[in-house]
Amino acid sequence: MADTLLSSPFLGLFLSAAAWCAGCWLQKKTGLLLCNPLLIAAALIIAALSLLRIPYESYALGGDFIKLMLGPVTAVLALNIYNQRDILRENFLPVLAGCLAGSLTSVGSVLLLCRLFRVEETLTASLLPKSVTTAIAIGVAESQGGVGGIAAAAVIITGLIGAVLAPLFARVFHVTQPVAEGLAIGACSHALGTARAMEIGQVQGAMSSIAICVCGIMTSVLALFL
Amino acid sequence: MNIMAQAAIIFGLCLLSEGLAALIPVAFPASVIALLLLGLLLFTGVLKPQHIQKFSAFLIANMAFFFLPSCVEVVEHAPAILRQLLPFALVVVLTTPVVYFVTAWTVQLLIRRGKGAGRRG
Repeated sequence: MADTLLSSPFLGLFLSAAAWCAGCWLQKKTGLLLCNPLLIAAALIIAALSLLRIPYESYALGGDFIKLMLGPVTAVLALNIYNQRDILRENFLPVLAGCLAGSLTSVGSVLLLCRLFRVEETLTASLLPKSVTTAIAIGVAESQGGVGGIAAAAVIITGLIGAVLAPLFARVFHVTQPVAEGLAIGACSHALGTARAMEIGQVQGAMSSIAICVCGIMTSVLALFL
Repeated sequence: MNIMAQAAIIFGLCLLSEGLAALIPVAFPASVIALLLLGLLLFTGVLKPQHIQKFSAFLIANMAFFFLPSCVEVVEHAPAILRQLLPFALVVVLTTPVVYFVTAWTVQLLIRRGKGAGRRG
């Protein structure tokens, strides 16, 4: 029976949905920033896999279904952008300038720090696109001689930092305009941050969605010149 | 519109985007092409928001959930990351707030300047 359970995609689907609910419940109960549902759920699943000696591959059978939905999830962000089109029209120039500044800063700061710490070339290439959405990041990293998997890990960890700390960043850096806040979240922590931005406000969510798109395009173009 | 019809529109767009992504010579993700295509259809009025409203609302309301398998997958790359943990952690942790700060203040200063000019004019 164990083999049947391990080879069923429902294992991954069940673990994901159950852990997600536990994460949301804990977040609601504690109200702590660090109790991010995603962070908690991932930790619970990793713990369950290692305690029950379930191979990652068994989890991935179901997990891949959920991962597949990242495509449609990214696509429907267009609706968010469309719903906020008046604000976009009003702030068109700041939006473009902000995304350009964000993309340049992201790539530039990674390059600078990697040179400073004498990081090896492969890791540098894998870290370069860490602020853009996973699919773009893997493409950019591999075209620069990096490792796709490490790039994806860097993207996810960056996204988690952004999603968890976005409200703190806004306070510390005195960011009060919703348009600026949303773009900044999207520029530094892509779709994962956008999920959080959506909870903060509709304008923030839409601006963050725009930043994913514009910064993604700008970073892939920038990478062509590196 | 029926929710399954809405799903068909979104899945169809994703399929079309994968085809387009394979045609483009540079590495560009199908998901962002799908976002651009859907945006184009909405802004030109070919699709109305209500054509995809219900299905989109479900996906967007649960967006973070869809990243869960990718987060679990980070463990698979733990050995490679642990070998160079310090530079990896420093780069990821330090650059994220810097990007946030620069983006936010570029936008804030430009919006303020725009509003100031508007009042003077």
